[in-house]
Amino acid sequence: MPLLCLTVNTNYDIHIMKPIRSLLLAVACVLLFGVNGFSQSTPQAFTGAQIIPISGEPINNGVLVVHNGKITAVGGSNTRIPNNADVHDVSGKVIMPGLVDTHSHIGEGDGGDRSAAMHPDARIMDSINPRSDSFKRALAGGITSVNVMPGSGLLISGQTVYLKLRDANTIEDMLLVVDEENNIYGGLKMANGTNPMGSGPRPGTRAKAAAMVRDLYVQAQEYKKKIDAADGDESKMPPRNLQLETLVEVLEGKRTVHNHTHKHQDILTAVRLSQEFGYRLVLQHVSEAWKVADEIAEAGVSASIITLDSFGGKVEAAEIKNSNGAILEDAGVLVGFHTDDGITDSRLFLRSAAVGVKNGMSRQKALEAVTIANAKMMDIDDRTGTLEKGKDGDFIILSGDPLSVYTHVEETWIEGAKVWDRANEEDRKYATGGYQIYPGTIHTHHEGGSQ
Amino acid sequence: MKLIKLLVLIPALLLSAYSTTDAQIAVKGETVYTMAGDPISNGVVLIKDGKIERVGSASSINIPSNYEVYEAMVVTPGLIDAHSVVGLAGYLNVDADQDQLETSNPIQPELRAMDAYNAREALVGHLRNHGITTVHTGHGPGALISGQTMIVKTTGNTVQDALVDSTTMLAFTLGNNLSRAFSKPGTRAKGIAMLRQELIKAQDYLEKRNSDNPPSRDIGMDALADLLEGKIKALVTVHRAHDIMSAIRLQEEFGFPMVLDGVAEAYLIMDELKEAGYPIVVHPTMIRPGGDAKNASMETPGKLYEAGIPIAFQSGFEGYVPKTRVVLYEAGLAAANGLGMENALKVLTIDAAELLEIDNRVGSLEAGKDADVAMFDGDPLEYLTKVTGVIINGEKVK
Repeated sequence: MPLLCLTVNTNYDIHIMKPIRSLLLAVACVLLFGVNGFSQSTPQAFTGAQIIPISGEPINNGVLVVHNGKITAVGGSNTRIPNNADVHDVSGKVIMPGLVDTHSHIGEGDGGDRSAAMHPDARIMDSINPRSDSFKRALAGGITSVNVMPGSGLLISGQTVYLKLRDANTIEDMLLVVDEENNIYGGLKMANGTNPMGSGPRPGTRAKAAAMVRDLYVQAQEYKKKIDAADGDESKMPPRNLQLETLVEVLEGKRTVHNHTHKHQDILTAVRLSQEFGYRLVLQHVSEAWKVADEIAEAGVSASIITLDSFGGKVEAAEIKNSNGAILEDAGVLVGFHTDDGITDSRLFLRSAAVGVKNGMSRQKALEAVTIANAKMMDIDDRTGTLEKGKDGDFIILSGDPLSVYTHVEETWIEGAKVWDRANEEDRKYATGGYQIYPGTIHTHHEGGSQ
Repeated sequence: MKLIKLLVLIPALLLSAYSTTDAQIAVKGETVYTMAGDPISNGVVLIKDGKIERVGSASSINIPSNYEVYEAMVVTPGLIDAHSVVGLAGYLNVDADQDQLETSNPIQPELRAMDAYNAREALVGHLRNHGITTVHTGHGPGALISGQTMIVKTTGNTVQDALVDSTTMLAFTLGNNLSRAFSKPGTRAKGIAMLRQELIKAQDYLEKRNSDNPPSRDIGMDALADLLEGKIKALVTVHRAHDIMSAIRLQEEFGFPMVLDGVAEAYLIMDELKEAGYPIVVHPTMIRPGGDAKNASMETPGKLYEAGIPIAFQSGFEGYVPKTRVVLYEAGLAAANGLGMENALKVLTIDAAELLEIDNRVGSLEAGKDADVAMFDGDPLEYLTKVTGVIINGEKVK
């Protein structure tokens, strides 16, 4: 039975099986292993590689064992390998955790509905195409977990969704955080500065923008009071309001705010609002972090930043520095990188860490900044972001040093299943690009954003 | 046109010579990539009066005591960006600093790059700090003919200081990448028809210009006539395979010298490109796979190189963030995707110089050439390597 389950769950050999038999096996496997249907019954062992667990020093000639979707052992060459394991000799390679991207626009989702300036009720998961080729771009770059967000054109453009990039037919197959009770699948996207300012329902000035946000959060506080006063009595509950319900989740710390912000004064405004209402905040982009790193550190909020090959392109990014990572690290801020795909390319996410090191970050913190730091920002650090026993089997196999331009991602594994393999010609095309590989799935914030 | 070129060039040369008369520099490198022969271990580049005086191994060269000495792990010729819009496109990306595309008319060959170039633009300094010493810049993609391009050094307070060549190419764009500001063309075939009509007019104009009874001057027609006479080249930005074939058809009908630019789908028509032999300023390796370039491949530079087609790298045009790319980084990704490190360095320097026909002045470390040098603390293409020094016309600028 276990071997048959493997056949189903790895998604590779299904086509040779009769559909009805597949179904029966799948049901059996779910019964055997629970709802996590991505488990594998034969342990998979990887030997000979340098393992960068992130949670500790790199291990030369290390061993990684994954079983039933989880990491069951990480260690040196003397680590016990189960007798029935499939052993993969990956000598000369480097293994590190699957990458975590805290800010991406892959999946062809929309969001940022111009009918109003604030849509905390809008869920990007209701718009994503789980078959989008853009997910392959992320897999080719070694990204296994991602926060897909609506854009920055509104003060509150909607709810984000945290995804594992499993092979999927439905968005439900990809959900990373499933809070059945509260229906919370991600964070909340907010923005300040010039992007959410403009005509129509949007604010024309910074102070008005902050006032509009405060007003809605004050309403949410009042709403929460009514809910608390009802004390579980359905008859006393206020009428359901999806916008305020979402903000109550934010007020209760169940949902993290991801706040697009660039300029130093806007960064501090985002911090000020988070302190007034007591919500958890991840600053996003933070182009002028270098000006207010100590203030960010003192506030105890985290920073998800981007690296760019040049400053400018918009006034708010005119003073962005690639040393933001180093300066935030020195200040003691939890700092991570994001792709903002298609602003930077998911296929080259590791490059962000290299740019960080080139501009003064420590190697350790730069690698954390594409893995565990981001997992912490998404509250998934108990499941992914390091190679530790008990965590999900999310890892990547690299041809060499993760910070070298010559290194390629060779394999991407999620929950013990190989989901991308550069040795496979069809998969490889997603790394290099080519004819009809990416038929128009790029998201940029600006028409004509590429040549 | 040639007269203008000379008038600008002479003072530029005098100025650059004047400003660097005291500069006597020795650059020592653990590895010196001269691009004129094998790399030299423990090499020395002697610089005098803005020019390279001598290049050789440390054992063969005595450094005069009055020379300022710089040392680096790796020394290369100054890098060349073979197509950019920096200086016309500014970093703020607001109306006041965007001069790379004039949208009043889709065909404006009379627009000169030097009339818009801001030598103090921060993006020019950004490229300079990455070891890029020469840039082919000017009017950008987005119009059938957007205007002229020029070649500058990434230094100088004025365009005159910076100029290497005032009138290098005419920037064409084919395909679906035209600005939506134009009322026409709305289709590919109309675009080609408009270009053909204009070039036929230019043929007539040229014939009259060469006659005893020349026509009254038309500066747009002058530029196209110069193109037809081969004094300047067409730089045709084009990505889709069928549009590339249209460019070739147009070139064959009118016989002008052509450089292809972008060429995302080159790999679909390698035989045709190889046979035609046009040099290619290949799209940035990291170009976003969207629009006409949606089928771009990171392996294209390597494939073109292997086919023996002359190529160079470009920073291209960026409409948003980041506002410019950096050819050093584009070369790195090309190297990692089939081109190889030493070939990529060659493409970044001497090959680009040859493509732009400025290899008599730049592109390699050889006696008599401009003293443009880049210094690195490791493999120039590696992510972690830093540019440790830049010399332009014998002057240390970083």
